[in-house]
Amino acid sequence: MSIKVKAYKDFGSFVLDVDFEFEKDTIALLGASGSGKTMTLKAIAGIIKPDRGYISIDGHVVFDSENKVNLAPQKRNVGYLFQSYALFPNMSLKQNVLCGIRKYHLDKEEQEKRFKDIVRILQLEGLEERKPHQLSGGQQQRVALARILIGNPDILLFDEPFSALDEYLRTRLQLETKEIIRKYNIPSILVSHNRDEVYSLAEQTAVIDQGKVVVNKPTDALFENPEYLKASILTGCKNHDSIKVKDKQIIFDEWGIIVKKPKEFSDDIKYVGVRAHSFSPSEKENSNEIIIKEVMEQPFEKLVVFRFKKQKEGSKDLYWLVDKKVDTKKVSRLGFKTSKILLLM
Amino acid sequence: MDLFPLWNSLRIAAISSVIIFFLGIFLAYYISKLPKVAKGLLDVVLTLPLVLPPTVCGYFLVLAFGNQSPIGQFLNNVGFPFFMSWRGAILASVLVAFPLMYRTTRGAFESFDDDLGNAGRTLGLSNTYIFWRIRLPYCKNGIIAGLVLAFARALGEYGATSMFVGYIQGKTATISTAVYNYWTIGANDMALIWVLINITISIVVLMAVNLFEGKKKGNKRVN
Repeated sequence: MSIKVKAYKDFGSFVLDVDFEFEKDTIALLGASGSGKTMTLKAIAGIIKPDRGYISIDGHVVFDSENKVNLAPQKRNVGYLFQSYALFPNMSLKQNVLCGIRKYHLDKEEQEKRFKDIVRILQLEGLEERKPHQLSGGQQQRVALARILIGNPDILLFDEPFSALDEYLRTRLQLETKEIIRKYNIPSILVSHNRDEVYSLAEQTAVIDQGKVVVNKPTDALFENPEYLKASILTGCKNHDSIKVKDKQIIFDEWGIIVKKPKEFSDDIKYVGVRAHSFSPSEKENSNEIIIKEVMEQPFEKLVVFRFKKQKEGSKDLYWLVDKKVDTKKVSRLGFKTSKILLLM
Repeated sequence: MDLFPLWNSLRIAAISSVIIFFLGIFLAYYISKLPKVAKGLLDVVLTLPLVLPPTVCGYFLVLAFGNQSPIGQFLNNVGFPFFMSWRGAILASVLVAFPLMYRTTRGAFESFDDDLGNAGRTLGLSNTYIFWRIRLPYCKNGIIAGLVLAFARALGEYGATSMFVGYIQGKTATISTAVYNYWTIGANDMALIWVLINITISIVVLMAVNLFEGKKKGNKRVN
């Protein structure tokens, strides 16, 4: 599958100006809330109309401002899963799902057959006559999926589908969704602010910030090297510092750390990041004295808030994630491998 | 006792309500989609009868449809006059009661969850289907409340009606004009009977409104 999106729209207080291309089957738009990722999805579905641009799904042009092409959402054959699921509250599960094939004008028998199939696959048997408010959150999502899948869409658009769910349900539904995507073999775009979700569901990820795509690369490569400060924050890196480059050295502005400049180094690099997992008391490289400010217990790890002794006053505290078994009281030094430093623009 | 005023009031209120129902939904829907300035302007114009004294509305009706106006003369010639006719009372009731339906319906439409409409469109449902089968049922309670209020207002219309169609026994007499006329001729017991009939109908109508509004709260979606 390939999808090409080039969309510009001025909302007054916010400008959407995205431009990206994907060749993969499961892709994600990762961004903070208000970054424009949902707007992008709505532009693909035809719910909002860009001022100018070009959108094609698998070679099929759905929007082209130059040639005055703008297909109605009804003609784009996209399956859009809303964050709120958008089930019609006045209709039963069955009526909701059948809305997905009204466009095909099938006879009663064929409708029944397809309905029975999808209800079986999504394990909604016995709930056919229930209204949406009589269903659990997980069931509601499966109904929304059934309603979309019964109509054979060319592409699935997921708008933060798991963010309203509790931890347990989220993991289960992520797995279910992944399975369904695989079973139906329909390409999908996932919009999310959650790095775990993106990491486990998407082959390729574009990071959106303030209406613009900052990075677009395979998901594992993105987490390995986010390239940009904003992207690094979204991938969950907790510690960042600005830098200066002098001769063959990189000087951290706030942490008071100096490392050797790597051979391949772009002049655009202005920041560095070190993940909370990358620190270690036994690491000799960049080892420095620390002051521990606080230890926050988490279910399986400890989050240690600390500062380097030589760290500039007024600068941000740093975070170290470590196994619960480690006695942090005895730790007086922390180091990290130079190779673990994320070089960021 | 001549029950004509009761029957006349009910038929005027009923026909007005039907007109107001469709007109209100139609205008509320299309105006809610207009750009801000046009919306504000039309809002003012359409709500005006609610705040103007009914006599002012009556005056405008006489001006537009009275025997002196071209429209009035034309209607007289084709034998379908509004002035001093029970049909005119429908016009007066629609004009005065319309804002109640319009405003409540617009409020209901504005509370509609746009995601539902968008979901319908991406599923390939036609805009007509979405409007009648998803948007209207969603806004049902607000629309019904607006309609009941408009019906009650139409039933109690006095000012514009008495100016425009007067009080002709057996022709244009309504409950409210009957009360006034029995009182002016000193038939206080008759006036009282019509007052009691009016109060009874009003109580029933208001109870119906409360019933629908109570239901609306209970039906809110839990997310």
